[in-house]
Amino acid sequence: MENSTSKFINKLELSSSPHIHSKWSTKKVMWFVVLSLLPPLISGIIFFGIYQLLIIAVSVFFAIVTEAIIKKIRKMKITIDDGSAVVTGILLGLVLPPNFSLTATAIGAVFSIAIGKELFGGLGFNIFNPALIGRAFLQAAFPVAMTTWTKPNFSVDTITSATPLAAYKFDRVLTQLKPMIIGNIGGSIGETSAIAILIGGIFLIVVKIVNWRIPVSMILGMILFSGIFWLIDPIKYPNPLFHLFAGGFLLGTFFMATDWVTSPITAKGMWIFGFCISLIVVIIRIFGGLPEGVMYAILIMNAFVPLINRLTEPRTFGEK
Amino acid sequence: MLKFYTKKSFNGGVHPKDFKELTKLLPFEQIPIPKQIIIPVSQHAGKPAKPLVRKGSVVKTGELIAEVDGFISSNIHSSVTGKVTKISSQVNVNGILVDSIFIDTLETEEHIKMPALNFEKITPDEIKQRIKEAGIVGLGGAAFPTHVKLSPPDDKKIDYLILNACECEPYITRDYRLLIERTQDVIYGLKLVMKAINVKKAIIGIEDNKEEAIAKLKTALLNFPEISIVILKTKYPQGAEKMLIKAITGKEVPIGKLPFDVGCIIQNVGTVVSVYDAIVKGEPQIKAYLTVTGKGIKQPKNLIARIGTPLIDIINYCGGFTDDVKKVIVGGPMMGFAQYDLLTPITKATSGIIVLTKEEMKYFKETNCLKCGKCVEVCPLNLIPTRLVRLIQNEKYQEAKELNVSICMECGTCTYNCPANIPLVQWIRLGKQKMSKILN
Repeated sequence: MENSTSKFINKLELSSSPHIHSKWSTKKVMWFVVLSLLPPLISGIIFFGIYQLLIIAVSVFFAIVTEAIIKKIRKMKITIDDGSAVVTGILLGLVLPPNFSLTATAIGAVFSIAIGKELFGGLGFNIFNPALIGRAFLQAAFPVAMTTWTKPNFSVDTITSATPLAAYKFDRVLTQLKPMIIGNIGGSIGETSAIAILIGGIFLIVVKIVNWRIPVSMILGMILFSGIFWLIDPIKYPNPLFHLFAGGFLLGTFFMATDWVTSPITAKGMWIFGFCISLIVVIIRIFGGLPEGVMYAILIMNAFVPLINRLTEPRTFGEK
Repeated sequence: MLKFYTKKSFNGGVHPKDFKELTKLLPFEQIPIPKQIIIPVSQHAGKPAKPLVRKGSVVKTGELIAEVDGFISSNIHSSVTGKVTKISSQVNVNGILVDSIFIDTLETEEHIKMPALNFEKITPDEIKQRIKEAGIVGLGGAAFPTHVKLSPPDDKKIDYLILNACECEPYITRDYRLLIERTQDVIYGLKLVMKAINVKKAIIGIEDNKEEAIAKLKTALLNFPEISIVILKTKYPQGAEKMLIKAITGKEVPIGKLPFDVGCIIQNVGTVVSVYDAIVKGEPQIKAYLTVTGKGIKQPKNLIARIGTPLIDIINYCGGFTDDVKKVIVGGPMMGFAQYDLLTPITKATSGIIVLTKEEMKYFKETNCLKCGKCVEVCPLNLIPTRLVRLIQNEKYQEAKELNVSICMECGTCTYNCPANIPLVQWIRLGKQKMSKILN
């Protein structure tokens, strides 16, 4: 071909349609999630001090290193640049108690990645939320340290550092709503400030990384199930709003239960998943020996995800 | 906002940035006849047409050069006046080698036309006969011969004739320009099709981003109470037959059935214009209206080109490629075919040539499936692409079949939306091909 266009012919790419793609990639999604985790991270630093940043940094560092080493041992491509280990590291840090031991943090991060994620085959193949697996391990290994809480800065309460759920369960003290929304209460680094969590969570819903069905079903489920008990005996059982803002419920709602890999892929499945988590949380909080149950509720429901996906297959278009 | 959500549509789908602004204001222009034309004898779904000419034959513009062979087939006419130099195989726009008639054009052009027919007096059978003679095929993409489509089995009662004016593929503005420049002809073409299949009412389905076309149609339709217009949400693949029927009538075409099983026949805007030209002007289908666009072409245009014009002539007419050109696609960017031989000729159903740059294609690294469910969310047919792909990768074709993989229309919505950049529809395409070999 003698015309000017011919010099381009070898540059032309061939592939099967579609030829365009949305703006999203795994990497971009992960970095958006990291961005959304900044408000709870900042609230943790404000209420518990700059040391908490060190905990997060250690957690992230060990998460990344663990993933890289395992990939290297397994002679696989090192994929730490996809950002998923960073997300797991931050999430684990956020659910640890303030001023937690850095050594234990590192152990938790290694466990999260090694056992929670890579053992199953790496990104996308894990059944359980890796950060929660790490936390569950730490809870078992360091039960005292994991329930040693720090009194927050700007605390209204001069005596106690206990979390609202523990205060209610063991001392029958009902924390006021306002500090629970702002975050100057006892609790894990990233879980105390409802407002910070909502900022990050709503951001994820707006950019469509988080499917709204899971948070909405969890919140509605929480109001419903805790509301039933509250209506039965408003003195014995705390009100639904308390349940909503207490403990790790909101952090779990927006950042843990909504983890793509470990939540259902069908719309109906998401509703079932969300409602069931809230039901289990309410049961553990009200009847269990532990004051808080969000972690176990999510882990338990993670196990049901494959089954939920099977049972909620959408009806194919045109199928009777 | 509320209005936005109440607009008729279907479940799922995506809305890619459409880049229609590149060409939506440009009127069609006629591209000069090239020195050589290559006319494939198969430009339609079904059996290739049987060539009537041989090397050395001199043909006139509009002369029948290959005729219908079998029930599903289509006539093919010469789009130029010239001399047949050879009949040999040539890659077509779908990347397949087909027998093609190579014609060197002569300087003076001689037209052969069919007699014009009277719009008022024509009978349904005469309309269908003329559509068959003129070699009209559906211009929505599949190029199914129109005379076959307009002859549903006698036991199927047709309630709706739907004019598909969605043009949901990004970039392409062919139907949009036809609606604006040939509004009356679209309506008369539609009236002719209504008469051919004996329906009293027709519905035009159009996406809400085509304001100017909607305004033109609304004015023109004041005298035609039998034709109504339904404005649909702008969403890909709104123009897929099943999606369009669902959006307009609420009916779902059952698995394994065709639109006429739910009383619908769908025609594309370009097709009804061809019908009008064939009957009122006596012109066979020898021209294609198409959009040449994308950031990889210097001057995007809407063109009228003779069928068989090689891509290279069209690209040169539009100023050639830019330096960062990466891909040439015939059809839309969601379902079109990438080209590797620029001698490939355009065919009757070519609606666009999209020249993309790397930046427009947004390639990202493929990662493991994140089970995010975004493919499930957007699949217009409610399939579960991620699971189908896993089954196909593991060669579990029977299970994939049970999950209705065969109805996938390969619209590409899942792949477009996959954050892990897994080539979902490409796997499904491969799986369907392997399946048909193994399971049958």
